[in-house]
Amino acid sequence: MSDTPGLNILGNEPSNPGRRRFIQGVIASGVAVSAMQYRFMQTARGQSSAGAERLITLNVNGQTRRVGVLKQETLAWTLRYKLGLTATKLGCDRAECGACTVTLDDTAHYSCSVLTHTVRGKKVVTVEGLASPDGTLHPVQQGVIDEQGFQCAFCMSGFMMAAAAFLKKNPNPTRAEMAHGVSGNLCRCQDYDKILTALMKAAEHTRRANNVA
Amino acid sequence: MAVIRDVMPNFDLVQPASLADARKLLDSDPDNVWLMAGGLDSFDWLKDRIRKPKTVVDLTGIDEMRGVRAWNDGIEIGPLTTLTDVVNDPMVKAKYSILSQAAELVASPQIRNQGTIGGNVSQDTRCWYYRSGWPCYRAGGNLCYADTPVGRNREHAILDAQRCVAVSPSDSAPALIALDAKFVISTKNGEKTIDAQDYFLGPAIDITHMTILKPGDILTAIRIPGTWANSKFYFEKIRDRNVWDFPLMNIAAAMKMSGNTITDARMAVAGAAARPWRLTDVEAQIKGKTADEATGKAAGELAVKDAVPLQFNAYKIPLMKNLVKRAISGVQEATWEA
Ligand SMILES: Cc1cc2nc3c(=O)[nH]c(=O)nc-3n(C[C@H](O)[C@H](O)[C@H](O)COP(=O)(O)OP(=O)(O)OC[C@H]3O[C@@H](n4cnc5c(N)ncnc54)[C@H](O)[C@@H]3O)c2cc1C
Repeated sequence: MSDTPGLNILGNEPSNPGRRRFIQGVIASGVAVSAMQYRFMQTARGQSSAGAERLITLNVNGQTRRVGVLKQETLAWTLRYKLGLTATKLGCDRAECGACTVTLDDTAHYSCSVLTHTVRGKKVVTVEGLASPDGTLHPVQQGVIDEQGFQCAFCMSGFMMAAAAFLKKNPNPTRAEMAHGVSGNLCRCQDYDKILTALMKAAEHTRRANNVA
Repeated sequence: MAVIRDVMPNFDLVQPASLADARKLLDSDPDNVWLMAGGLDSFDWLKDRIRKPKTVVDLTGIDEMRGVRAWNDGIEIGPLTTLTDVVNDPMVKAKYSILSQAAELVASPQIRNQGTIGGNVSQDTRCWYYRSGWPCYRAGGNLCYADTPVGRNREHAILDAQRCVAVSPSDSAPALIALDAKFVISTKNGEKTIDAQDYFLGPAIDITHMTILKPGDILTAIRIPGTWANSKFYFEKIRDRNVWDFPLMNIAAAMKMSGNTITDARMAVAGAAARPWRLTDVEAQIKGKTADEATGKAAGELAVKDAVPLQFNAYKIPLMKNLVKRAISGVQEATWEA
């Protein structure tokens, strides 16, 4: 505990020097940002982040990507701000909304709550990687297009990835099972009924594709 | 507090591939290390800058600590086993369905895909004053912000509170206590095995920790004996939304029956006290009784005998009575009682 607990409520440094350091840090790393090729927001507390990056190899959407990653960086951050895969949305950044859902080895995860360094060796797929290399749409994409399930669609990529992972294991769900399968995703437009209709259409496309294969 | 949405402050990330390596790391600097399994409890602390560890140890590379295997007449669950894998495990389903049921009711599919059973029992409380960094008793301060006339305490404790009124939020813990699970802990001085219920601490014993783990300790296995396999199980979780939400209260019961007579029982609830609350008095009272409404009702009364409500959580008293009753005599058609 600091001597002045009241000032420590937000977990920040208790007094002015901390704040000054913070501001200086923002200015300093602001300079660093312009020197980088990607848009990279400074971290609070003013650490210059570039030095701590490690170059690692990731398997993203079937491609091998080399990227410099901080130890404390989340996968959502790497995907969006380093790899330019901005279809993955950051909603709450707290595992409470589902907008950042991607698949790791075919299982749905919140990429806001995964450290990028821990996915080395795993197969990362974002909504950009759903379609086949020849351009054939994934059944989930086709279902969404057929039924126009989403309204504002901020949650859409997350729903699609959750549904893709779910359908891989359960290609023949009831509507209730599908709802349970994507229950880790929120839609603030409250468009659930139409979303489910689109995802059930996706299930239909999945079964058709499985039968052909 | 405002939610900060940028990269977390610096920490070093270490990824040991064996328990022995993790042990070595922890022995060298136990106080500056944060253990991380699925990370779903950890990330809030780190993102909100409330915990600022120098080093985070990612345990997920330690394969020997993952998976479910047969152990004596029961099973051993590696703490890194994800909740999804616990839910779907054939041995868990066949013999300890109550655990599978409890794990399936945790959070959301994505969280279950990543959150581990070890992390689920070791997670910290969700009292928002504490989690937002207020300098409360649990954070080492000298005040409880939840237990004041205007404190928001609808989710807080009705039992065993002392200064701190936070509750244990785990859904799997009561099920493990009902199954008489044993937790194996690797410490700097070797390994020890304890009963599941002794893993958890109330504020009278340690107001700043939810579990017995000391810096540098690792939970290495959860063992469930055969004793309660396939007994009569009951699990119920009450929450506001059907996904994501922590239990306002849950109950786990294992009962051995001879006809309709209860010959032995174990029962625990979460969301009532700072630790998963084992109902030993109830267990003793219902032994030898018929599993009917009268027994359930009397047990419910006994369960809440010492309950003390706060401003906004008095509803937990009838809730707990009813959960105990339902665990014993099953779910009947709802009848309204004024
Ligand atoms: C939005 C949200 C909703 C949730 N809803 C629920 C719910 O309804 N019910 C419920 O029960 N839980 C719920 N949780 C909590 C979640 O289930 C747990 O946080 C998760 O299971 C923890 O597992 P983890 O592996 O991710 O933990 P981590 O964050 O990795 O670890 C949690 C804690 O345990 C320690 N730890 C982990 N493994 C070990 C080990 N082997 N040895 C020693 N210490 C260890 C860590 O140091 C840390 O302090 C929710 C979480 C979130 C974010």
